[in-house]
Amino acid sequence: MTEKNLIMADSLNIVVLAGGISHERDVSLRSGRRAADALAAAGHSVTLRDPDASLLPFLTESRPDVVFLALHGSSGEDGALIDLLEAAGIPFVGSPSEAARLAWSKPVAASLVRRAGLAVPEQIVLSHEAFRELGAASVLRVVADSFDGDVVIKPGSGGSAQGVSIVSDYGSLPRAMVDAFTYSDVAIIEQRIVGTEIAVAIIEVDGEPTALPAVEIEPVSGVYSFEARYNAGETTFYAPSRLSDENAARASDAAVAVHSLLGLRDLSRVDFIVDGEGVPWFLEVNVLPGLTETSSLPLALDADSRSAAEVYSTLARAAAARKAR
Amino acid sequence: MTSEGITRTGNNLDPWYSNYAERAGGLAASEVRALFAVASRPEVVSLAGGMPFVSALPQELIMSSMETVMREHGPTALQYGGGAGIPKLREQILDVMAIEGIRGTVDNVVTTTGSQQALDLVTKLFIDPGDVILAEAPSYVGAIGVFRSYQASVVHVAMDENGLIPEALRQTIAHLRGQGRRIKFLYTIPNFHNPAGVTLSAERRPEILDICRANEILILEDNPYGLLHFDEPAPNALRSLDEEGVIYLGSFSKTLAPGFRVGWALAPHAIREKLILAAEAAVLSPSSFSQMVVSQYLSQSDWRGQIDTFRGVYRERKDAMIDALTEYLPGLSWTNPNGGFYVWVTMPDVLDSKQMLPRAVKELVAYTPGTAFFADGRGRHAMRLSFCYPTPEAIRLGVRRLASVVNGELDLLDTFAGTGSLSVSASDRYDEAPPADLK
Repeated sequence: MTEKNLIMADSLNIVVLAGGISHERDVSLRSGRRAADALAAAGHSVTLRDPDASLLPFLTESRPDVVFLALHGSSGEDGALIDLLEAAGIPFVGSPSEAARLAWSKPVAASLVRRAGLAVPEQIVLSHEAFRELGAASVLRVVADSFDGDVVIKPGSGGSAQGVSIVSDYGSLPRAMVDAFTYSDVAIIEQRIVGTEIAVAIIEVDGEPTALPAVEIEPVSGVYSFEARYNAGETTFYAPSRLSDENAARASDAAVAVHSLLGLRDLSRVDFIVDGEGVPWFLEVNVLPGLTETSSLPLALDADSRSAAEVYSTLARAAAARKAR
Repeated sequence: MTSEGITRTGNNLDPWYSNYAERAGGLAASEVRALFAVASRPEVVSLAGGMPFVSALPQELIMSSMETVMREHGPTALQYGGGAGIPKLREQILDVMAIEGIRGTVDNVVTTTGSQQALDLVTKLFIDPGDVILAEAPSYVGAIGVFRSYQASVVHVAMDENGLIPEALRQTIAHLRGQGRRIKFLYTIPNFHNPAGVTLSAERRPEILDICRANEILILEDNPYGLLHFDEPAPNALRSLDEEGVIYLGSFSKTLAPGFRVGWALAPHAIREKLILAAEAAVLSPSSFSQMVVSQYLSQSDWRGQIDTFRGVYRERKDAMIDALTEYLPGLSWTNPNGGFYVWVTMPDVLDSKQMLPRAVKELVAYTPGTAFFADGRGRHAMRLSFCYPTPEAIRLGVRRLASVVNGELDLLDTFAGTGSLSVSASDRYDEAPPADLK
């Protein structure tokens, strides 16, 4: 055993970042606490921090072995903080900044996934400025004529279903657009796909993306809203999903493909709707998936008989080793 | 079913989901409450919470009181007490209430763990599921939460700049009686109302009492802010005009500090006896330690002078808020309270304070949407702004940011004007109270 291997066998000094200033702060704090607990249970020395003006000096002075990001929302997922960590040479668990930026923008991610040949619902992507310039009435008329059936309106970035509406009556489109623009300057109008909603978590094992069992999501209300996501009892999860083995494999392959083509790293979560013919329709990808009590990644780990403590620890060691090379 | 024919059982992550009482049905984390998590960040100017500015209370006064209590009565302070509260404090509470014209006896007072507990106990004593509680429109979010928890039906009654409107009360009662509904009590915050900021005029107080007396409706008078006037004192309490028809709730949370959790109820004797039994069932006894420290503070400190100090602090902050609203949001309307902690801002109908909150968070300002203060889904075009905690400079900054939020929202809505309905569907999920420690 080399000296480097002996060092790797010791516990790591890990800083878990959670909270931040974003709409998802509350979820992030919950994810962070669970991640910190799991890493501590794995024997590491863990510090939980809420990013503020003292963070960067703290990291550059204390030089933790690795930073574990649990910063949902723009705070951690838009690539800015990751860029800074990369510039400062601080190892972290998660995707590189460029990949994070691609994934953070839902329209960009969808375009890349569609170009790779995967099924992506028809979308129209519009900025607030576009409505102002072209006239909202005209734009909405074209939008209404472009789709059949229900559409999903969502912000161009952000998670936790914030700002997301399902519109059946096109008279409700204006309100749905306003709600989406509350969270982002860009909004997506997307054809609603009817089918089974699933989340496929990816973890990298020895550098190779591995799909965990798909988690099937069945909200009691029928809509996987913020409240349905974060209140136990309001959604029924099937982990593994009730998909046939063939369809489950198809979804897993698609998730791995998304993870790879966007250049993601360590962990991610890809959300799909699987239609009646077993086609997994890409909805979005998340580079910092939720780790809360009601999040799908921990459920998937459990379904795969993996310990969250071991998996997070393995990811942390892999990230630390990247720096050590 | 999988292809192997295995039946997969779902997991809703709450094995007791089907066991909860019906009254617990609405208790769930909401997106609005999650957004308040951002308000705890120092970068955010929070105009949302109701935390008193306890830094204006010299800590040495409290430490001195604590030392005296422990030195002279340590074992008693650390022990269970009586369910009614310690007699000495109840005597002192009579002195506090006398300032607002209230006369009572020690045997009509019960000390509680905050007046919030008193509110809870009164509701527990009187409300069966479906019973009606009349409340002002808007009303205190913490009270609405308590009333819901006992499955009361809250019916709001209109207010104006002089408080509860007697004719509106009369009509509401007649309407409900016509429907065969059972009205148990009127819940009112007559002074420096939370959230509306208004005060029930002296002229209306006897009329409100007459209406309730004629209809055999008890009044629950909640008065945590009554001594925190800026100019003229508030009119004498409703309880000062009627000893048998009013249960009066008082608190040291705003005139001293909320951390002690000491409040009280002054009630007709028979009700008071039941309140003691109900309180004992809930907490055995209120905190002996807290009560004794509060009592010692009242004995040895210039508590009236301290209330004057608080008044000065809050007046300055209120003025800062009104000035900032006038400068930055002249298109809106608001109440200008003569005391208390809150300003109620009314916006044009096109604006929705709940839907606007995510934008506000992005602009680093927080407020409480008006929907939190109604049991019936109203309040979307209003918001409560609190001036009790932030400095005058922070208040000015917060209102300036709020103006940016409002203008941004108006700009966005203007883009879509005339294209269809921009109104928001009423949610069947109510907005629970912001956390008590929200600054």
